[in-house]
Amino acid sequence: MTYEELLKNTALADEKFVVMTAENRALVRNLPPVLKNRFIDTGITEQTMIGAAAGLALRGRVPVVHALASFLTMRAFEFIRTDVGIPNLPVKLSSFVPGFLSDGNGPTHQAIEDVSIMRGIPGMQVFCPADEQDLVLSLPKIWSSPHPSYVRINTRKSDYQHSTDFEIGKAEVVSSGTDVTLLVYGMLFDETLKAKAILEKEGLSVGLVNIRTLKPIDEKVILDIARKSELLVTIEDHFLIGGLYSILAETFLRNRMTAQVLPLSLTERWFKPALLQEVLNHEGFTGEKIAGKVIAELNKKPVSKA
Amino acid sequence: VYLYSDFLNLNKSNLSDPNRDYLFLSKGHDVPALYGTFAELGLMEKDRLKNHLKTNDSIYWHPNRNVPGVEFHSGSLGHLPAVAMGVALDCRMRNQKNKVLVVTGDGELNEGTVWETVLVASAQQLNNLTIVVDRNQFQANVATEDLVPLEPLADKFEAFGCAVKRIDGHDFNQLESAFRALPFHATKPSVIIADTVRGKGLPSIEARADRWFCNFSKDEIASLLKELHGDATTDLHSETLTVR
Repeated sequence: MTYEELLKNTALADEKFVVMTAENRALVRNLPPVLKNRFIDTGITEQTMIGAAAGLALRGRVPVVHALASFLTMRAFEFIRTDVGIPNLPVKLSSFVPGFLSDGNGPTHQAIEDVSIMRGIPGMQVFCPADEQDLVLSLPKIWSSPHPSYVRINTRKSDYQHSTDFEIGKAEVVSSGTDVTLLVYGMLFDETLKAKAILEKEGLSVGLVNIRTLKPIDEKVILDIARKSELLVTIEDHFLIGGLYSILAETFLRNRMTAQVLPLSLTERWFKPALLQEVLNHEGFTGEKIAGKVIAELNKKPVSKA
Repeated sequence: VYLYSDFLNLNKSNLSDPNRDYLFLSKGHDVPALYGTFAELGLMEKDRLKNHLKTNDSIYWHPNRNVPGVEFHSGSLGHLPAVAMGVALDCRMRNQKNKVLVVTGDGELNEGTVWETVLVASAQQLNNLTIVVDRNQFQANVATEDLVPLEPLADKFEAFGCAVKRIDGHDFNQLESAFRALPFHATKPSVIIADTVRGKGLPSIEARADRWFCNFSKDEIASLLKELHGDATTDLHSETLTVR
C-alpha cells in the first residue's frame, strides 16, 4: 500500500480526518476528488495552514497536514509550538523530503534540524520510518494517537521486510551484535543494512536497530545494546546537535551510563546539493563509506579487535 | 461587551455546544476587558479575578482556555485569525449556521499571517468568518500610522477579497447595525473595522501610548474610577511598566 492509499482509506473510514496541504501535493495528488471538502489546500501558507489545522482539531477533527519538511518545521515552527503544542491537539504533521531526501534542492530545503526542534515541543511525538513499508505500517497507530505527531515521510521502496508489530516508542531490533551496533532512522536504513553486510564479511558481530520513534525514545533497547556492544554508531541525515546522538547522550546521562559512540551526522554545515546517490557518496553515507568509518573507529581501539 | 451581552449565541449553558457562536480574542493583551465582561455577565465568578497572577489559577496577562468562555489561548499576535478560519471551515463542512468572529488589534495587522489568512479565507469563500479590527490607532509603543501605516485599511481588506464595514466602535447602535448585517457578502469573509479610542472614558489616559500598561497606585485608581464617572481628572505619576 502507498502512503496516499493509506491516507485515503483512513479518511474515508473516519470522518474525523481532514487532509491539508500548503500546496505540496506530491503525496496527496489524487485525494481532492475523493475527499471533497475534507481536502483543504491553503496555498503556500505553512503558518496559516497550521493555525487552521489547530482550529479544525478544536472541533474534533484530526488534520493530516503536508508541506516540505523545512518550511513545515521552521517557517511554521511557532504556530506548531503555540497552536498545536500548547493545547496538545492531534494535528498530524507529514513532512515531505526531510533530510537527504531534499537532494538537489539546496540548503533552503534541507530539514536536518527537524528532529531536534520538533522533539523540543512538549507532547510532540517524532517518527522517522525507514521506507515506504515501515511508514505505512507505522501510520495507523501514529494517526490514532491523541497526541500531535511529526513524521519524516519516506516513501522509498526497499526489499527489507520490517516487523509489523509497530509500537509508538519501540525500536525495531534487526539484529544484535557484540562488536558494533548501528543505530539508524529514516532513509539511511537501507545504506546501513549494506554497511552491516560488509562488516559481517569482515567477521564482526553487528547489531542493527531501526529507531523508528525518535520521541518517545526506546530507552530500554538503547541501554541494552550499550551493555552488549563494544561500539555504538549513530547514523542520521541530521545535524549532530539535537538528533539521535544527542538523544543517546541524554539517555545515558539519565541512567548514569556511558558508551563508546561514533556519530555519523552532519556537523555544523549543510550538505552538498546533488542527486540523492551523489549526496550519499559525497557526504560519506553509502553502505561502503559507513562500513569504512566503523572499521577505522574499531581499529583505533585495540581491545575491540574481533 | 456588545458581542457577549447581545449578539453572540453564547452563554453559560452552551459553552461547549458545537452550534454556539465563537469569538476568538486574537489581541490577547485585551484579556482584562474579556474577563471583566465574563465576570459581569456571570460567565466567570467575580471572585476568580482575585486570582490574577496567582499560580493556583490561569488568570494572567493573556487568555487561557482553562477559563470557560475562552475559545483559545492567545498572546502571540497573528495566530487566531488562522485558528478561527479552521473552526469556520469545520462549521461550514457540517452545514452549521453559527458565526465565527475573531478580534484583532490594528498593530497586529503588521503580522503577515493575518493577511495570509484573509487571502485563504477569501479563496475559501468563508462567509461565516468575521474579522473585527479594534482600530485604536496605537500599537505597543507608537501610533500605527507613525510606524507601519495601515490606511487606507478598508481598501486593503477589500483588495484581499473581504466585504468591509467601518464603524465607531464605541457606538452601540452602529455596532448593532453592523453585526446584524453579517455576513456582508454571500461568498466573502466579513471585516468590521471598529474605530476606537484606547482608554475611552478616561481623559487622563485616552489615546496615550505611555498609559496602557501601567501599575497605578491605589490613589490613582480611586481617582480614575471617579474620572470614569465624570467627576475628576487624575494626576498620574506611576511609571509605565516597561515590558513592551
